[in-house]
Amino acid sequence: MKALRDYVKSLFLLELMKGLGLTGRYLFKKKFTVQYPEEKAPISSRFRGVHALRRYPNGEERCIACKLCEATCPALAITIEAEPRDDGSRRTTRYDIDLFKCIFCGYCQEACPVDAIVETRIYEYSFENRQEAVLTKEKLLAIGDKCEAQLAADISAQADYR
Amino acid sequence: MPEIRNYTLNFGPQHPAAHGVLRLVLEMDGEVIERADPHIGLLHRATEKLAESKPYLQSVPYMDRLDYMSMMCNEHAYVRAIEKLVGTKVPVRAQYIRTMFDEITRILNHLLWLGTHALDVGAMTMFLYCFREREDLMDCYEAVTGARLHAAYYRPGGVYRDLPDQMPNHEYNEFRSKADIDRMNEVRQGSLLDFISAFTDRFPGKVDEYETLLTDNRIWKQRTVGIGVVSPERAQQLGFTGPMIRGSGFAWDLRKKQTYAAYDQVEFDIPVGQNGDCYDRYLVRIEELRQSNRIVKQCVEWLRANPGPVIAEDHKIAAPSRADVRGDMESLIHHFKLFTEGFCPPAGEVYTAVEAPKGEFGCYVISDGANKPYRLKLRAPGFAHLSAMNEMVEGHMLADVVAIIGTMDIVFGEIDR
Repeated sequence: MKALRDYVKSLFLLELMKGLGLTGRYLFKKKFTVQYPEEKAPISSRFRGVHALRRYPNGEERCIACKLCEATCPALAITIEAEPRDDGSRRTTRYDIDLFKCIFCGYCQEACPVDAIVETRIYEYSFENRQEAVLTKEKLLAIGDKCEAQLAADISAQADYR
Repeated sequence: MPEIRNYTLNFGPQHPAAHGVLRLVLEMDGEVIERADPHIGLLHRATEKLAESKPYLQSVPYMDRLDYMSMMCNEHAYVRAIEKLVGTKVPVRAQYIRTMFDEITRILNHLLWLGTHALDVGAMTMFLYCFREREDLMDCYEAVTGARLHAAYYRPGGVYRDLPDQMPNHEYNEFRSKADIDRMNEVRQGSLLDFISAFTDRFPGKVDEYETLLTDNRIWKQRTVGIGVVSPERAQQLGFTGPMIRGSGFAWDLRKKQTYAAYDQVEFDIPVGQNGDCYDRYLVRIEELRQSNRIVKQCVEWLRANPGPVIAEDHKIAAPSRADVRGDMESLIHHFKLFTEGFCPPAGEVYTAVEAPKGEFGCYVISDGANKPYRLKLRAPGFAHLSAMNEMVEGHMLADVVAIIGTMDIVFGEIDR
């Protein structure tokens, strides 16, 4: 009896029809695809995109050149040089992040005691020549200035977790 | 009578079905394989050597990049090795979070395996359906760690941060109706645990769909039944682990045999195959999807009921909280110490292994008492599986090589390391 049933099943391509029915039903369902450049997938406040250097609300840069991020960077992507400024405060004279080396592990923002170096939500940061892959201090501060509102919101949203 | 010569065929490293950078040199008699010679090393990045020059903590992100389809499982093996070396106690909640994410990783890995394996064998739709479910799990990864793939989430002594209380939502835009976006955001209203819970509820139905498309499909069966048969004895001799040895009918699973994290607290079964062919390994992995789903479900329930710390209190190993760093001198010192020098475990050697989706992923660390390992050896399951390539493909047709590469679930990140 089972042999007969199997024979009928195989003769009428039953399992293939079932598969076709399944894919056919999806033809009429709502689409799942997010049409990328036009609309974007949701991003969490923990997202680790390209870096930024932040400032205090009074415009003073946060980074105090403690070099903790440089020391903890697994990929050795951060280079910092620092000396005392004219007003006696210690600040960086050079802060470079090599995006070719960076592995976006987030250790720099985890280590930073003053929330100066952070990773933004920006993930579209392609460049056209190799020199642009090195983010200098000016570029990092510019990214920070552009995203400050979002960054401050993300950091306060994560304050309870860290 | 002309002399008959065997063809030598180069399969890969650019072949789309070679799953990365596998180069196979095949000696063929007509269309039958006489000998297969895998050439590896094209993705060698010297992870083991790199780890020798970094403090222990800084190698964690590199573990993600070994088997880049089962990120958190690799991290788990590594942080467990450090914990064993130092003797740290991990909080229970962290154990459950690790268990849950190990299983989410397993589902991620098996979905990618299923999609690509089916794609190699000729079933295009599977790939699309599997990636649909992967997307949800990637969102979980991203909500927790901030990265979709390379998590860097586990830390010696626990995990970096607790699970978030809300999921990010889709934003309104002019390309989609408001009702449509509200529908997409429906599952994202609650916490991450609600999102995962909703996923575990609908996932078994999706697995049924995969099975409808493949399990009885005659083309799928013709391509996988009786291909790459390995007997249980031979599988043991070859050092198979994971679904490869379970497909051969040997119920070996480190989660049960050498239990770790919270696996002794959750209920699950080990699926076992009978014939040791590609089809049985497929069935084993499909069942593992269901079992992993079951474990995730139990973990979600536990995590909902039991809040608590997620990382050890010992600040010699684990970083103090941000608030403490700001307010307490000693914590600040610990913070600086940890992120510059790291910590120095006592001299000694340990081996820890986890049941990664592909098999036993082991981590052997020798410490000479410094802040970096003296030697780190990684046991990649894929390496042992790939070494059996010659034996498994011998006598099969060229097209079956693709099915066998697929069934091994090869990822070159871990084989070449």
